[in-house]
Amino acid sequence: MASALAFDAPSDPMLERRRLIHEAARSSLRRRALTSRVAVGVCWLCLGIAIVPLVAVVAYVVAKGLPAWSADFFTHVTAPEGIPGGGVWNAIVGTAEIGLISTAVTVPLGLSCGLFLAQSEGKVAAAVRFTADVMTGVPSITIGIFGYIAIVKNFGYSGLAGAFSIGIVMLPVVIRAGETAFRSVPPSLQEAALALGARNAVIARRVVVPTALPGVITGVFLAVARGLGETAPLLLTIFGNQYMQWNPTKPMDALPLVIFNNSSQPYADLVQIAWGAALLLLAVVLMLNIAGRVAAAVLRREKR
Amino acid sequence: MIEPVPAPSPPPARPGPEAPAVTAAKTVARGPRGEPVMRLRQVSVSFSGRAAVRDVSFDVRTAQITALIGPSGSGKTTLLRALNRMHDSERSASVTGTITLGDLDVNAASTDATLLRTRVGMVFQRPNPFPTMSIYENAVAGLRFNGVRKKSLLDESAESALTAAALWDSVRDRLKTRASTLSGGEQQRLCIARALAVEPEVLLMDEPTSALDPVATKRIEELVGELKDRVTIVIVTHNMQQAMRVSDQCAFLLMGADKAGELVEFGPTATLFSDPSDPRTLDYVNGRFG
Amino acid sequence: MRPGDRQAGRRPGLPNRAYRSLLVATAAIFVAVVGWYVLSIVVQARPAFSALGVSWIFQKVWDPTHNRFGLLPFILGTLETTAIAMVLAVPIGLGSALALAHLVPDRLKVPLSTMVELLAAVPSVVYGLWGLIVIAPVFRSTVEPFLSTVFGWTGLFNGPADGVGLLLAGVILFVMVLPTMVAISRDVLAVVPLEQVEGAMALGATRWQVLRKVVIPGARTGILGGFTLAIGRALGETVAVALIIGNSPYIAHSITSPAATLASLIVNNFGEATGTELSALFGAALVLMVIGVVVNAAARWLVPASALSSAVPVAVG
Repeated sequence: MASALAFDAPSDPMLERRRLIHEAARSSLRRRALTSRVAVGVCWLCLGIAIVPLVAVVAYVVAKGLPAWSADFFTHVTAPEGIPGGGVWNAIVGTAEIGLISTAVTVPLGLSCGLFLAQSEGKVAAAVRFTADVMTGVPSITIGIFGYIAIVKNFGYSGLAGAFSIGIVMLPVVIRAGETAFRSVPPSLQEAALALGARNAVIARRVVVPTALPGVITGVFLAVARGLGETAPLLLTIFGNQYMQWNPTKPMDALPLVIFNNSSQPYADLVQIAWGAALLLLAVVLMLNIAGRVAAAVLRREKR
Repeated sequence: MIEPVPAPSPPPARPGPEAPAVTAAKTVARGPRGEPVMRLRQVSVSFSGRAAVRDVSFDVRTAQITALIGPSGSGKTTLLRALNRMHDSERSASVTGTITLGDLDVNAASTDATLLRTRVGMVFQRPNPFPTMSIYENAVAGLRFNGVRKKSLLDESAESALTAAALWDSVRDRLKTRASTLSGGEQQRLCIARALAVEPEVLLMDEPTSALDPVATKRIEELVGELKDRVTIVIVTHNMQQAMRVSDQCAFLLMGADKAGELVEFGPTATLFSDPSDPRTLDYVNGRFG
Repeated sequence: MRPGDRQAGRRPGLPNRAYRSLLVATAAIFVAVVGWYVLSIVVQARPAFSALGVSWIFQKVWDPTHNRFGLLPFILGTLETTAIAMVLAVPIGLGSALALAHLVPDRLKVPLSTMVELLAAVPSVVYGLWGLIVIAPVFRSTVEPFLSTVFGWTGLFNGPADGVGLLLAGVILFVMVLPTMVAISRDVLAVVPLEQVEGAMALGATRWQVLRKVVIPGARTGILGGFTLAIGRALGETVAVALIIGNSPYIAHSITSPAATLASLIVNNFGEATGTELSALFGAALVLMVIGVVVNAAARWLVPASALSSAVPVAVG
C-alpha cells in the first residue's frame, strides 16, 4: 500500500478478509434467501397439513353422524341386525355410569396423591411421580387386560370392571395434573396460613385447593374426556349389552364399544349408528376439553 | 444489492491523513479518521403509530466512538436497533428518515438486511453466545451464516477477532469447548469477537457492560478503546461515567412530552459534559435526573 | 390433644400427622395398584412361557388350531406401523411446530395451537371409524394404485392393495401422534431465548438459518422427548389400528398388505381364546407392556415432566 496511514497499515489483511467475506456474502445471498423462503414455506405447508385432518375428521363425523341423530337414536336400545329403529340409549347410560363411577373414585384419590407429590421432595416422591408419568402413556389395552384379570375372571363382565379399568387409565393423569396445579400455589400463601397457626389439612382445604382450582378443573375435565374416549379397556371388561342395563354389576354397553362393533358391520344402518355414536362421543369429549380450558381461564381471571 | 462504497471526496481543509486510494471497485474503502461513515437525518421510529424516537439527526464518524446517552426510556436502544434494521422483524414498527452507510441507503427496499448486517454488527446487553456451539463455532458463526466456507479464512478471522477481543490467549487451547464454560465477561468478549469476525465497518453496542461485574466492565471498556481503529463504534450506555471515559462524541436523548425520544444535543464528549449548550443536558450530566 | 391445645381451643382440621399419613396412603394405594397391574400380567403370561419356552416371542407362525404361537408378525406389525407414522410425523410435526412457535402472527398462535391440540382429544375409536369408512376406500381406489405405479420398482408396494393394511394404519397413526409431536416441540421451540435469535439475526443470518442453527439445536432435547412420547403412543395404539389394519397374522411383505399388531391381536382374539392361546395373548400383553413402559420411561427421562404440557392428553387406546 502506497499511503502511509498509521491506522490503516496493520489492517491491510483485514481489508482483504473483509473483501473476501463480502464476496462470499454477496454470492451466496441468492441461494440463502431462496432456501430461507422455501424452508419457511415448507413449515407453513406442514402446519396446513397438520390442521387438515382435524377439520376433515370433524367434518365427516358431523356430516355422517348428524343424520343418525333421531328421537329413536337417543331413546331406543340396540336393535338386532337388520331391524331399523335401533338407538344407543343403553350405550349412553353405560358410558355415563362408567364415567361417573370412575370419576368419583379417581378424582379424590388422584388429587390427594397429587397433593402428596406437590408437597414432597425426595426419592420416594420422585419414584411415585415417575410411575405416574410412565403410566399415562402405557398401552390401554394392557390396562383392559388387567381389568379382566382382576375383576372379570372373578366376578364376570360388568360395568364396574369397565369403570375400574377406565379409572386406572384416568388416575395417573389426574395425579400429574393435580400436582402441577398444586405446585403453582405460591408458597408464601401457605406460609402465611401456617404462621396463623393453621394445620396442614386446613391449609390444604382453605388455601391450596381453592387457589389451584383452575388448574385442577382443567386437569379433571381433560382426564374425564380421555377416560370417556377410551375403548380398549372396555372391550375386555364390559362385554356389551344390547338391552338396557342400569345395574353396573352386570355387563353393559358403552358408546366407544358401539362404535367399534358397528364399524365393520355390513349393515348400513348399523354403520350409521356408529357414526351417530361417534358424533355424540366426539361432541362430549371436545366440549369437556374446551370447557376445561375455558373454566380455567375464567377462574384465573376472576382471581385478579 | 449493496453498492460498493466509492472513494470519499478529498477531506476539507483540516490537518490530517489523506484518503486512501480505492483498490478495486468491489473493495469497501475506509474514510480517514473523522469522516462520517453513517449519517442519520430526521430518523424516527414508531410502533403502531406511536413514536418512540423522533427526528434524530447526527453523523457517526469513522474511528470514533459515538455514545448514545440519556435516561431510560429515551429511545437510545430503539434508535440503535434501527441502524442495523433489527426492527424489520417487528410488524408494528416503522422507521422513517434517512440512514446512510457511506453511499448506501439503509432503509431502502433494495438494500438487503442480511448483507447490511455484515457491515453493521451488534453486541447485546446480555452476553448471548450460542450455547450449543463451541467457542470456535461461535466466533465463526457470522462467517458461516454468510456463506464463507474456506477453512483458512475462517481460522484467520477467528484468531484475529479473538485476539482483538483480548480472548485469544486464554481460549486458544480450548476452542472446541462449549461457550457456556466461559465467565460472563469472557462470554461478552466472545460475542464481541463474533461480531468482529465478519469485519464490519460499524459495531453497535447496546449497553454491553450493564450485565457484568465492575472488573469485567473495566476490561470491556479498555477493549472498546482499543477497537476504535479497527471498527467505528456506536455505544448505548446509561452510565454517564462510562460515556465520559470511552466516547469521543455523545448524543444526548431525552423523552419528550409526547413520550417520544428526541435528540437534545450532540457534540464532542468533552464539550457536552463540561460546557453543554442545552440546559437539559447540563441537568443530566450533573446528575439532577436520570 | 397436645400441649397448647387447651389454650388455643380445639383447632379445626386433621392433626398434621394424620393428614400426612392420609396423603401418603393415597400414594401407596396408587403404587400398589400399579404393582398389582404389572404382577397380574406377568403371572397370567407365565404359562405361555413355561409351555413354549422363551423364544416363542420371535416365532413367525401364529396358528392356534395347530398350537403354534409366535409373536414376530405382530411385533413387526407394531414396529412397522409406528415407523410409517413417525416418518411422517417427525418432519411434518417439526415444521408445524416451527411455524407455530416462530412464524405465525401472535394473535393466531393460540387458536391454531389449540386446534392442533384438540386433534389429540379425538377418541381413538373415532379415528378408526373415519379411517375405515372414509380413508380406506380412497387408499384402495387412488392412493395405493398410484404408489405401486410410481414406486413399484422398490418392491415395497407389490402386495394386495385393498385399502386396509399397514400403510393406512401408519397414516392414521400419524394423524393421531401428530398433536403430541407438535405440541411438545412447539413448547420447547418457543422458549429459545429471544436474545439468541437476535444475536444470529444481527450476524446476517436469514430466517431459516436462525431456525436451523440456533432455534432447533436449542430445543434438541425437548424435541427428542416429544418424539419418544409420540412413539410411545403409536406403539400402544389399539382400537383405531385394529379396525384398519386388516388383521392378517402373517408377516407383511408389502406396505399395502394387511397385517396385525400386538394390540390388534389381543383385541381380535381375546373373546374366544382359551388355554395356551389365552396365555399367549397374555404374553403378547406382557411384551406390549414392557415396550410401552420402556419407551415412556425414556421419554420422561429425556424431558423433565414439567416441560410436558399436561394440556396434551395422550390418549392411547
